[in-house]
Amino acid sequence: MSFSWARVVGIVQKELRDYRRNRFVILTMAVLPLIFIIVPVVELLVIKVSVTSSKFDTRIGLALLYMLIIPAIVPSTLAAYSVVGEREQGTLEPVLTTPIRREELLVGKALAVLVPALGIAYVVFGIFLGIVALFAPPDVASAVFKGSRLLVQLLFTPLLAGWSIWVGIAISARSLDVRAAQQLGMFASLPPLVIVALMSLNVISPSLPLALGLGAALLALDGLGWRAVAAMFDRERLVTGGRD
Amino acid sequence: MTMELDGSQRRPGHHGEKPGPALVVEHLTKRFGSRVAFEDVSFQVGSGEVFGFLGPNGAGKTTTVRTLGTLLAPTSGAATVAGIELRPENGPAIRSRISIMPESPGLYLRLTVAENLECFARLYRLADRHERIERALRAVNLADRANDLCRSLSKGLRQRVALARALLSDPAVLFLDEPTSGLDPVATREVHELIAALKDRGVTIFLTTHRLEEAERLCHRVAILNTTMRLVGRPDELRAQLFKRSLEVRLRAELADPASVFAGLPGTEGWEASAPSSYLLTVADPDAAAPEVARALVHAGADICSITEPRHSLEDVYLQLVDEDVEAKRR
Repeated sequence: MSFSWARVVGIVQKELRDYRRNRFVILTMAVLPLIFIIVPVVELLVIKVSVTSSKFDTRIGLALLYMLIIPAIVPSTLAAYSVVGEREQGTLEPVLTTPIRREELLVGKALAVLVPALGIAYVVFGIFLGIVALFAPPDVASAVFKGSRLLVQLLFTPLLAGWSIWVGIAISARSLDVRAAQQLGMFASLPPLVIVALMSLNVISPSLPLALGLGAALLALDGLGWRAVAAMFDRERLVTGGRD
Repeated sequence: MTMELDGSQRRPGHHGEKPGPALVVEHLTKRFGSRVAFEDVSFQVGSGEVFGFLGPNGAGKTTTVRTLGTLLAPTSGAATVAGIELRPENGPAIRSRISIMPESPGLYLRLTVAENLECFARLYRLADRHERIERALRAVNLADRANDLCRSLSKGLRQRVALARALLSDPAVLFLDEPTSGLDPVATREVHELIAALKDRGVTIFLTTHRLEEAERLCHRVAILNTTMRLVGRPDELRAQLFKRSLEVRLRAELADPASVFAGLPGTEGWEASAPSSYLLTVADPDAAAPEVARALVHAGADICSITEPRHSLEDVYLQLVDEDVEAKRR
């Protein structure tokens, strides 16, 4: 029996339906991005162009960093819930009794988190850019719309989301408690953000080769991440709760 | 309650294989560290058979189902499930041929009944998903509730949805783990009727339960597990294995000298007073012994109220075995 995308679609469809009707998920998806758009927008609208060039760059970078927190944080909460949450609700065992392979289940879970997370991250970033274009001082707008900055945002959004998702699912697959899994997941999703933060704050000078290099490294980690999570997925432990 | 099933669910071996045992279990053992869940369990279940798996809480019934369902790896022993050898690499193949209905229905409560079934139809890669869903819902009399959210259903209805989910893939072996656990009498009766309908149509069912009347009513054969396998057979065979046949004699008044009446009667192996004017006689053949006993009592001038063969229930068998285990542990 080979990898079946039909089963992956089954999981994705079920998860998305479940998310749509889950108040906790809706709140997580709505409130966090709202918080992370208000702060940078206010920051950029009140910024004084007269500040020194380095301070100006830092504040622009900081504002854009908020946009990257969304793909790091939003999916980690959902991913950390995905396995342990189902286990707690008693819905995981019936799924595991079907012919589904762990890789299919994990890819389905990951895609179901990635799709809305990316959608939200890009929509929020689009809104942010629209507000900046319309209301921010021209110098601020041109700094935000700089090619390298946009590239960092567009490139790192899916890569950070991918990392958060795999780390979240890994924690979820090994955890016995939803809340602990979500807290750990959120914490563990942050390390790659540090590097991006250093670029955004000009501690590491952002350049196209550097951005691509870091992007490739994150891509590799995402690729390794899903294999590592598949290896950690222990059907027996999940069924017995590790208590036996 | 009626049940509608397609032709493939009506006969054993419907997947095209030569009908043989649906389950063959040989010396299967599962341990969690030093704790033994079940040990040296062997039995066979024929195609089309309803096999009851009884035992007290913690006897290893659910762990056996999970092991045969490839959710847990056995520590030792061998098994063939739906014609496929129980090995880790055969997990997906075995799971595609069986269905397990766990004790808790495990439905997605924010999804509708049909959405729940659709998800599982995709996981089984069923080509004719919608047809199968309709058929499964009709089978459990829930066709009119397809669009209801599962959280709005009662416990009994949720159990029926779980049964519909288990029927979706026309499984070669259907494992039902405590299907009536926690249900009220009406819901229990409905589930019993559904299982009886499946039985009539030749679906192989492995039913774990600790409701003995359920097993006696629904199962062709039963096994009693208490970590190790204690007995396997038809309920009447188990009774015969465990209890000597007897006659219960009830008189209007106590006999003055019962020994002189019962001792030496042909076919009577022993006797004891079970109540002031009642006697329990151990006999080889109750039909042959009863006239002899009646004659002897009339000869002794006794007024006979009744002479009956006491029927031991499956519960008696079960309790006898469990008591023996408790006694053995005490020793």
